[in-house]
Amino acid sequence: MTQPQTLRTRAEDVAGAFPPLLAQADQLAATVMVGEHGRRRAGVGDSFWQYRPAQLGDEARSIDWRRSARADQNFVREKEWQTAQSVQLWVDGSASMHFASEPNLVTKADRARVLSLALSILLIRGGERVGLSSGGVPTRAGQSHLIRLADALSADDVDDYGCPDTSAMTPLSRGVFVSDFMGDVDAVERALSEAATRGVRGALVQILDPQEEAFPFDGRTIFQSMGGSLQHETLKAGDLRDRYLDRLAERKDRLDRLACETGWQFMTHHTGDAASSVLLWLYSAIGQVR
Amino acid sequence: MFMLGPLGFLAPWLLLGLTVLPILWLLLRAVPPAPIRRQFPGVAFLLGLTDDDSQSDKTPWLLMLLRMLAVAAVIVGFAGPILNPKTERTGSGPLLILLDGSWADARDWSAKQDRMDELLGDAERADRTVAVVPLTDVPEGALPFQSPSEWRTRIANLAPNPWAPAADVADWANGLTGEFETYWMSDGVDRDSRDAVLSALETRGPVTVFESPRATLALRPAQFEDGEISVTAIRDVGGVTRDISITAHGLDPAGNERALASVAATFDADEQSVEVPFDLPPELRNRVTRFELDGVRTAGAVTLTDDALRRREVALIAGREDREGLELLSPLHYLEQALEPTADLIDGSLTDILLANPDVLVFADVATLTDGEQDEVLDWLDAGGLLLRFAGPRLAASDISRTTEDPLMPVRLRVGGRSVGGAMSWGEPKTLAPFTEDSPFLGLRVPADVTVTAQVMAQPDPNLSSRVIAELTDGTPLVTRKSVGEGQIILFHVTANAEWSSLPLSGLFVQMLERMAVSSRPSSPSAEELEGTTWAATGVLDAFGRLNDAANLAGITGARLAEQTPAADMPPGLYAGDDRAVAVNVTTVDTTLARPTWPARITVEGLAVASEVLLKGWLIAAALALLAIDVVASLAVSGRLFGPRATTAMVAIVASMAFAPDVRAQSDADAIVVTSEVVLGYVVTGDSEVDQISEAGLRGLSRTLFRRTSIEPADPIGVDLDADELAFFPFLYWPITGDQALPSRAAYSNLNRYLRSGGMILFDTRDADTARFGGGSPEGRRLQAIARPLDIPALEPIPSDHVLTRTFYLLQDFPGRYASRDVWVEAAPADAQLIEGMPFRNLNDGVTPVVIGGNDWARAWAVDQRNNFMFPVGRGNSGERQREIAYRFGVNLIMHVLTGNYKSDQVHVPDLLDRLGQ
Repeated sequence: MTQPQTLRTRAEDVAGAFPPLLAQADQLAATVMVGEHGRRRAGVGDSFWQYRPAQLGDEARSIDWRRSARADQNFVREKEWQTAQSVQLWVDGSASMHFASEPNLVTKADRARVLSLALSILLIRGGERVGLSSGGVPTRAGQSHLIRLADALSADDVDDYGCPDTSAMTPLSRGVFVSDFMGDVDAVERALSEAATRGVRGALVQILDPQEEAFPFDGRTIFQSMGGSLQHETLKAGDLRDRYLDRLAERKDRLDRLACETGWQFMTHHTGDAASSVLLWLYSAIGQVR
Repeated sequence: MFMLGPLGFLAPWLLLGLTVLPILWLLLRAVPPAPIRRQFPGVAFLLGLTDDDSQSDKTPWLLMLLRMLAVAAVIVGFAGPILNPKTERTGSGPLLILLDGSWADARDWSAKQDRMDELLGDAERADRTVAVVPLTDVPEGALPFQSPSEWRTRIANLAPNPWAPAADVADWANGLTGEFETYWMSDGVDRDSRDAVLSALETRGPVTVFESPRATLALRPAQFEDGEISVTAIRDVGGVTRDISITAHGLDPAGNERALASVAATFDADEQSVEVPFDLPPELRNRVTRFELDGVRTAGAVTLTDDALRRREVALIAGREDREGLELLSPLHYLEQALEPTADLIDGSLTDILLANPDVLVFADVATLTDGEQDEVLDWLDAGGLLLRFAGPRLAASDISRTTEDPLMPVRLRVGGRSVGGAMSWGEPKTLAPFTEDSPFLGLRVPADVTVTAQVMAQPDPNLSSRVIAELTDGTPLVTRKSVGEGQIILFHVTANAEWSSLPLSGLFVQMLERMAVSSRPSSPSAEELEGTTWAATGVLDAFGRLNDAANLAGITGARLAEQTPAADMPPGLYAGDDRAVAVNVTTVDTTLARPTWPARITVEGLAVASEVLLKGWLIAAALALLAIDVVASLAVSGRLFGPRATTAMVAIVASMAFAPDVRAQSDADAIVVTSEVVLGYVVTGDSEVDQISEAGLRGLSRTLFRRTSIEPADPIGVDLDADELAFFPFLYWPITGDQALPSRAAYSNLNRYLRSGGMILFDTRDADTARFGGGSPEGRRLQAIARPLDIPALEPIPSDHVLTRTFYLLQDFPGRYASRDVWVEAAPADAQLIEGMPFRNLNDGVTPVVIGGNDWARAWAVDQRNNFMFPVGRGNSGERQREIAYRFGVNLIMHVLTGNYKSDQVHVPDLLDRLGQ
């Protein structure tokens, strides 16, 4: 169980390495909320966009009298249309994520939480709205929302392998799934196709422990899943290595393909590597989908 | 005791336990290794995979063998094995232990003592009486039979003698009476007396011989031939090649005994002697006191040298050194002819010669010396020099020693000298009178044809007669002598050439020079020469080849010395007579060594004392070691050794194997890599995080350079200041940490050489966010401590017209991750002036050797392998701008390092164009 306070501090550390970027919404019409993102067109917002001659139908109070006084026409002061993006996170908190092969490595769950909260911080700083489907936290903006996110992220799941939850996804928003994706891949496929039908784009981050990539075992071994629900005994673990790696590669390939088909992006991250690079990727992956 | 070859067992029944090994084998083979339980999320992928075969559930046979060996070692170990269990020597009746007791015994004397001790122990158990007799020191009368315990206390003090048994030792053996058994400890050198002694002893009882099989080596006395010393090493048996080395020992100029020269040689397989030449400069040769065969500690392996090897250094100085004259008229010609074969001649000016401290100084017709020269010559005489003067026209014409006796003349001289038997004088040429009793020339035959036609005359004086050592038939002095301090002055009243007398033409001249110890003597003195003289030992050799003080040995006669056979009355050593020293060595020039041949009926045993070795401890230790290997091997077989949880076990194993520290020495291959491209270097601080950042920072800078400029650096390299050659790196980045260790002395000299030869170091204290330059941060203090011994010139903050501001980009700020303005470089010379119309001062040539700042450039430059920036700089666009400027500073810096003041020179371009009339 991670302390929400320390989790937030650490996440701030990771997020501190990035200047706030502005996520781009690729669809204007939907999920329009007033935010700080200039849309390069007139609309509802705070920043000045342009003066235009007043037309029939403009309210009298929208006329900029100071500008109009300098000319014979009345002018309306238009403001830039600003929108906010809402991002729905799903972070796998299942038992399999609580695995760390070495004492000096963080568990996958830890990495997933820090990563997703760091992303949340970046997004909220940029004025986006972030929700957490795995913890039932609705999409909100504002710094104080981070505390709720951190709180919800710290909760553990009892299942052995997690499966993505798409119930809270608003149409045409963004989604981020962070998991090891070792469980049922069909559930992931269902979730993704559901997200695709709602017009949700996003990113899949697969977090793996270095040992899961290397399979450095040998000899007679009984493998158990973290929750204990699955078990497999072998006499020569070393012989299984190639076949295990094949299956792992196959899983990654499937996920990649799924992501491609649904307009998502997929990346594998290892807990042995630095979190900042994957955060950067993740941030740009959300921001730059067209 | 149960014996198995040389092995004995204390508890042989335990060996039956070995029969259970096959049963154990079968039992162990049946038990597979226990499985490990691992939690592993990836098990989801494993479900449904089956093993190829089920072989590994049985223990591998190698492991089984290991375990069996361990069990076998334990069983055999507890059976109490003993290597070489002792067997006792039996016998009865009196026992004579006969030693040769010669120098050849010294080689393995302690082994002989051990062997004797064991023999005495056996004799004690057998209740026999024993006599121990060395043949070099046979007792008078009956054999001293005593209890073995008595002898055991005495053999510790028994030492071999440095000479061989006397030739008449057989007489002593024949004179023995009674029945006794004999153990003869032979020294392994054949002698004529051996057979006679053996047969005499065999009449008294059985004889057993103990002899070491090791070869005996010795040195023959050194010989001097043709300006070269040769030493001959001899050995008793051929058959194998053997490398030896011979060392010449002597006194160094400070008077300390030391090895002067060492020469290696090889006995060929069938050679019993090898001649080793020593080609030494005279200075060194005259100091040699002995030659030693290295690694052999016997008197035979040492040969002392005496005067025979010495060549005297004679300095010849003539008053009239005109080489235009005829060679035969040269005052020195006959002296050179006489002395050349036997002495080393020195030429040169008097003051130079005296520095060389010659033995003899010859003045041929030299009249006066300056006061300074005279004092030096007198000092040299006091220290034992021999000044030999010859008269001549100049000496006769000068006023030297006329009224008062000159310090450098033995007598006063009368004006003019005299000439006899010439065209303008009367009388016959004079001949030499026979030499008187007290003359050093006594005994030399005076040839009748030696005549004197002219001479300088000695002034009659009360002490004249005591100074004359040779005179003419009419009683006028021909050679006079005076002692000065330790030395002496000898004056020949005639010339050194044949102008005034025919003496230099005669053999007598050479003999006289020889007698006066001007020239060296023939190698060894003849018996006639030694007749009637007495010699006292100044140092004697013991059997182990050590030169000891002679204490108060009685003097020996010359006749005895001439025999050159060392014995109790004349131990080998150095003997001194009146004016020379003679060495008596164990060997002579014709000594040969041979092994004794014993008759077949005689039992010959070696000296080796086979000691009991209890093998139990070794076997148990071996079993433990095997089990330890088994632990590791079992872990490996069951996958626990390299598994994820085995880290601590591995660490323990690796630590216990005492791995050598990771030595990062630059190999030639590295050097080629580093020099074939431009490589930026960073100083390895020991803090791995800082080092990684340095590397990433330089990587970022290198890539930037590659993209933007014609500098295309390879990946940066960490530099170990102690081990690596710095000259390969044009640029070093040196981040300072607060707890960095000071470089070693070698590193400092490396660094200073690097800075002087045009290298540049960028010191980065990385603290510009918290500290002003030089102000109290730990890194700043550390930098001061580190830089104190470095050869760093006066510094100043980068002036606005410094060449660094324009080597590639035009810059005025040098930010890194922090944007402090405190960046210091070598100060411009004080006389640098801003010339009217020039944008920049004409600043110092060359490259500033250091740039010091705290802006943490490496973090601003740092990129990871995918070219992502690793650290944020500033905020937003201004931060990116700052990073860009940081990169530009890096580019400018490397440009400055590589192109020097090139951009500074561009200042003159308008001038140059102007002069060219453009």
